[in-house]
Amino acid sequence: MSEKKKDPTRPLPNTSELDTQAFWAGTKNKEFKYQQCDSCNKVVFYPRRHCTGCTSGKLEWKTASGKASVYTFSVVRQSYHPFFRNMVPYAVAWIDLEEGPRILSNVVGVDDPSNDISIGQEVQLEWEEHEDLCIPLFRPV
Amino acid sequence: MSQKRDAAIVGIHEYPIRDVEGEVSPLQIKAESAARALEDAGLNWSDVDAIYDAGDGGGMSGLNIAEYFGLKPTVIDTTGVGGSSYEYHAAHAKRDIASGKANVALLTYGSTAHSNKFAIGVGARGGASLHPAENMDTFAGQTLVSNYAMVAQRHMYQYGTTSEQLAEISIATRLHAMRNPEAVQAMEDLEFLDIRETTIEDVMNSRMIADPLHLLECCMISDGGGAVVIASPEVARNCRKPPVWIIGTGEATKYPEPGGDITTSAAAQSAPIAFGEAGLTAAEMDIAMIYDSFSITVLTMLEDLGFCKKGEGGDWVTGGRLRFDRPSDGPALNTDGGGLSSNHPGMRGIFLLIEATRQLRGESTSQVAGAKLAVAHGNGGMLGSRHTAGTIILGGD
Repeated sequence: MSEKKKDPTRPLPNTSELDTQAFWAGTKNKEFKYQQCDSCNKVVFYPRRHCTGCTSGKLEWKTASGKASVYTFSVVRQSYHPFFRNMVPYAVAWIDLEEGPRILSNVVGVDDPSNDISIGQEVQLEWEEHEDLCIPLFRPV
Repeated sequence: MSQKRDAAIVGIHEYPIRDVEGEVSPLQIKAESAARALEDAGLNWSDVDAIYDAGDGGGMSGLNIAEYFGLKPTVIDTTGVGGSSYEYHAAHAKRDIASGKANVALLTYGSTAHSNKFAIGVGARGGASLHPAENMDTFAGQTLVSNYAMVAQRHMYQYGTTSEQLAEISIATRLHAMRNPEAVQAMEDLEFLDIRETTIEDVMNSRMIADPLHLLECCMISDGGGAVVIASPEVARNCRKPPVWIIGTGEATKYPEPGGDITTSAAAQSAPIAFGEAGLTAAEMDIAMIYDSFSITVLTMLEDLGFCKKGEGGDWVTGGRLRFDRPSDGPALNTDGGGLSSNHPGMRGIFLLIEATRQLRGESTSQVAGAKLAVAHGNGGMLGSRHTAGTIILGGD
C-alpha cells in the first residue's frame, strides 16, 4: 500500500448547510460576507434567511473589509482533538470586524500567544486555503 | 408579602457514586434516585402525576422515561437546555402544580460521563454540524474550557479581576467538599491528586488548561445523577420532611451578538424575575448554589444575581466571604463541594436544588445555622457563547 496515513485536518464546515452556505461560498473568493437588513439596518451574523431585528426587512449581503480587533481570547494548552492537540498552545478568539460581525476564530502569526495577543489589539483577516473553501483567520497588524 | 407558597421540594436524592465503572446506566441512576427521593418524601411511584426530563436517558424522553419508570403521568415536560434544565423543570413544576394540573412532580438526572470518557472540557467540539451557529464555530478548535476562559480574560480586562480572586471560589468550594464524605470519596474515585483543602497559591500553581483558567478552576467529570420531588401544599403537609418552598423562578438565554458584553450572563435577565417574584434580594440569601463549571462562572453569576455590582465580584469574593462559616458576610457558596470538587456529570443543575434543600432542612455537611433562604442558579450551554439561565429562589418552611 503506497498511500500514506493522512494527517489529521482542521474540522471544516459543512458547505451545504442552508443558512451559512453563502458565507462559505464567499470564502472561496476570499470574501468575508455578512448580512445587513435593508429596512432596520441590523447586522445579522451568523447568516440567516430572516432579519432578527424586524419582520419586514430583506437581508442584503455585504463584504467586510477585513479590519478587525480582538474582543477576547484564550490560549488553549490542552486539547484531545486529533488536529488541535498538535497545535497547542494556540489562540482562540472572539473577533470583532469593524462592520459589526463577531466571529470565533484563531489569532495566528504570533510566537507566544500568551504574551503577544491582547484584548483590543488590531488584527487583519487572512485566509487559510482548503479545497472547497477558505477559513478566516486573523493576524496582528 | 405577596410571596406564593404553592409548590415545595419534598424529596431529594443525590446518587452517591461518581465512578460506576460502566456497570450502571444513566436510566438506572435516574430510577434508583427517583425511588430514594420518593422514599425521602414518604411518597410512592403511584403518587407521581408529572415528569420532567432533559433527555439524558435518550430520545423521545417524555415517553420512554414514563414507561421505564412504569408511570402514567398526565403532565410531561422535556425542556432540555443543558445544565440549567433542572431549574427550568422546578419552575415549570411549580407552575403546573399552581395551575392545578399536577400534584407530585418528579425530576431525575443520570449520567455516566466519566465511565464513557466524555472529554467534556478539553475534547473536540468539532465535526461539521448542521446547526448554522455551530457550522460557523467548529473550525477554530475551541475547547469548553477556552470558551469559559474567554469570559475570564475579558472580565480581567474590563474590571481588573485577578486569578487570585477567581481562586477564592475554588478554595471555598474545596473547603466544603472536604467536609462532605461523598465529595471526598468522589475525588478519591476520580483519582484526584493530593486531596485536601487548598490555598490560592495551590490554584495559581496548578496547570494552565486554557489561559487564564487553571486546572483547579475547572470542574470534575464524574458519573452521577439525582432526583427531586416537588409537590402541592396539600401533599407536602403529609410528607416525611419539612417542605422547601419554591418562591421565585426566572429563565433567560444569551448568545453572541454584534457588540454584546460577554462578561454579563443570562442571569442578569433571569435573576430579577426570580427575586421579584419572591419579593426578596440577593443580599437576603443565606445560601448560594451557583453552577460552578468553572471559577469564572460563579464570579459572573454572583454579579448578575445581584450579590455585588457588575465588575466588583473579584473584590467581593476576596478574603473567604463564601465559606459556610462566615454567614454574616454573605451567602455560603456550593456547600456540597460543587462541580469543582464533588459532582459534575455534565448537567449539574439538579444538585443545586438538592443541596439548597439540604441546607433549608438543616441536613448539609457544611450547615449554615438557621439557613432560611437559598438561591439555586443553573447555567446551561456555554457561558462564553450561547447559554441558558435558570434561577430558583427557595424558602424554608
